[in-house]
Order: sequence, then structure tokens, then C-alpha cells
Amino acid sequence: MKNLFATKKGIVGVGVVIGILASLLQLWGNPANMGICVACFVRDMTGALGLHRAGVVQYLRPEIMGFVLGSFIAAYAFKEFKSRVGSAPLVRFILGFFAMIGALIFLGCPWRAILRLAGGDLNAILGLLGLAVGIWVGTLFLKSGYNLGSSHNTYTSVGWIFPVVMVSFLVLLFFNPMISGQAQSGVLFYSLEGPGSMHAPLLISLGIGLVIGFIAQRSRFCTMGAIRDVILFKQTHLLMGLISMAVAAFIMNLVLSQFKLGFAEQPIAHTMHIWNFAGMVLAGLAFTLAGGCPGRQLFLSGEGDGDAAVFVIGMIVGAGFAHNFGLASSGAGATSAGIIALFIGLVSCLLIGFTMRENF
Amino acid sequence: MNNIIDAKGLSCPQPVILTLNAIKKIKTGELTVLVDTQTSKENVNRAAKSKGWNVEKVESVNDSYKIVLRKGN
Repeated sequence: MKNLFATKKGIVGVGVVIGILASLLQLWGNPANMGICVACFVRDMTGALGLHRAGVVQYLRPEIMGFVLGSFIAAYAFKEFKSRVGSAPLVRFILGFFAMIGALIFLGCPWRAILRLAGGDLNAILGLLGLAVGIWVGTLFLKSGYNLGSSHNTYTSVGWIFPVVMVSFLVLLFFNPMISGQAQSGVLFYSLEGPGSMHAPLLISLGIGLVIGFIAQRSRFCTMGAIRDVILFKQTHLLMGLISMAVAAFIMNLVLSQFKLGFAEQPIAHTMHIWNFAGMVLAGLAFTLAGGCPGRQLFLSGEGDGDAAVFVIGMIVGAGFAHNFGLASSGAGATSAGIIALFIGLVSCLLIGFTMRENF
Repeated sequence: MNNIIDAKGLSCPQPVILTLNAIKKIKTGELTVLVDTQTSKENVNRAAKSKGWNVEKVESVNDSYKIVLRKGN
């Protein structure tokens, strides 16, 4: 059976749908230029669970659960669900950890970098350049034999673990609902101000998450792969998806008056060019060594890839450290602790790249 | 000559890297690639076609795919 989503028209269509939905999520309540940000939303989720206590970024974002579960449904519907584990999980954990640190220094993953650009935030250009450089370094390792090794097939139940965790988060959300004006409801934390307090209605967020999870699983949409495949194989297939997402979000932002051009006073952004750039070098390198952007890792987790799930857990732990240790940037800029963590992350990723090459 | 690449269990982009390396080495002839996800199958086919190779057949063997690629001869 031919997979229409995997054709050129398919990936372009998926990019357009994601761009439009991301822009609409902003209209319906998500933070500006943050219709979808996988790193930010995983960070908010970490905060909602109380694993960090940064009061402005705590909300159990249903989009994240939707991504995993939408992919899970698509994988089952098209008989692609396959439980597999065992390809260097500890390394993937570390890569997820540092990918999160890098993204929170820039204040966004590649998804948000695109959406920031589509909203007129020129700081995103530095982030995207950093991302491309990080990916380019990663491709040098790939070319010289870097490989995390094979996974092996395992019991179906193992592939269900991460989707079940997502369902249990949804259950938590339904039984500990937001109470207006209160920072805590049962076991969950809710931001009263800042980006964590801005969100679209729960069912809209969940519904859009499910749709994107479904179509992204079918099309293999990946924001890191988009750039990597151009550098590594001169293939523009995934890039078409990324570009169409950017163009669709840009047009929607113009239509909805969500576009504001400039460097200064952009929402949830800072103007320290060098750290915007360097943060995304780290994130781009970590994504490349792990084989997927944070969104792709969620989609893979939904189709049974236990190693991708370990990457996501690494991101959650990274987000906890990022806020507990003051590593994440804010509108005021990067922190000195964050810059130290950035260098530790770069050294760690380079060591992983250098030492995990076959025939060396 | 039998050129077989076993890319089962390898995640993206390894199956494509292995296929393209083999294509570079043998230039023409027949190449068999074993993968175990539909994503890898699509990616290997797309990469091979972009290098002017034909996807001669794709067989589904126990949970994995056997892709036969050919150029020339």
C-alpha cells in the first residue's frame, strides 16, 4: 500500500497543516510564537508535575500527550506499531538531557524557532543558524561511522509503556483540573502568570495534538532531519515540510495580526545573539546524534520505539535541572550557569560523537 | 555477486547511509537491503531512486523488508 503522506505532496501538506494549527493555537490561547514548542511544552509538563518549581512555566500541556497518542493510533491503524529497544538508551538519555538545556538557552526547540521566525522574531535566525551548524557537526560524525547500534524487537507491552504514561498524564489532568486563581490543584501545578498560564482550551490542545501526532507519524515529519538530509544526502524531501510549515504559519500570522518584525521585545525571547546561536548548536548536535528532533522523538515513542522514549525522559530530566539550577534563559537573557552547562553539553556530545564510531 | 546490507534494527539515517555507501562502491549491479521498519523502507527507496537506481522488488519477510535495488545490466 502506498503511503500518500510520504510523498512530496504529503510532506508539504503536513507542513502546511502544522503551520496553520500552530498559529491558531496562539490565537486560541497558547503563548505568542509558541503555538507548538516541543521543548517548552515538555518543560511546562515537567513543571506541572512539580519536578521543577519555576512558577511561570507549569502546565501539563495536552499537545504533548496528543503527539504521542496520535502517533500511536496512526501506527496501529497502518500496522506499523513495533516495540523495539536497546540502541544505547543511556546515551539517548544524555542527548535528550543536553538537547533540552540547549533549547532552553535559546528558548525554543526547532519547532518554535520556525514559529518565532514566522511571527517576525529575527532572533530566531541566530537560533536556526546555530541549529544548522549543530546538525552539520553531527553529520560529520555520521559520515565518519558514528552509530548508536541496533535496537531489537521486544514484547508489544514494552512499546505501550510510554503511550500509557501519556494516558495517565491525561487522567491526572482530568482529575486535577485548573482552578482559576490557584497555583495548585491536587498534585498538579498551574502557572498563574507567564507562558505557563497561557494555553488554548484543553480539548482543543489535545485534539490538535492528536491530529499532528497522526499526520507526523505517517509523513515522518522531522525538523532536524529536514536540515540533516540536505547536508548529508542533498535530499530536500523533509525540508519541504519544514518550509511549508514556516510559510503557512507566516501567512496565518499575517492574517491573524500575530506578526511583529524585529529583534527587540519579542515574546519569550532574548537578544543575546551568541547564546541564541550556541544554545541551538548544542540542541542541533544532540538531535542529530539521537536521530530526530524532539517532535520526532515523541512520534517514535508513540509507534513503539522505547529508545526515543528514553530521549524524551532525558528531556524531562533536563528541563527539571534547567530550572532548578537556573540554566534556562529568560527574557533578560542567558545565565552564567546556563553558559557553563552549555559547554559541558557540547563537550559531552562531542565525546559521544568521537567515541561511538565504528572502525575507530 | 551478492551485495547484501543488513540494516535491520538501525534507526534513521543509518539504513540510508549504508545503502548510499554501497551504491558508491559498486556503482552498478544488484543490491539487497534488509530493513525492519516501513520508514526505513521508504527512505532507502527514495535515496536509491535519487541516485538513478530502480527498486526492483520489495518483499515482506517475517516482520522485515527485503528490498532489491538494481542499476544497469
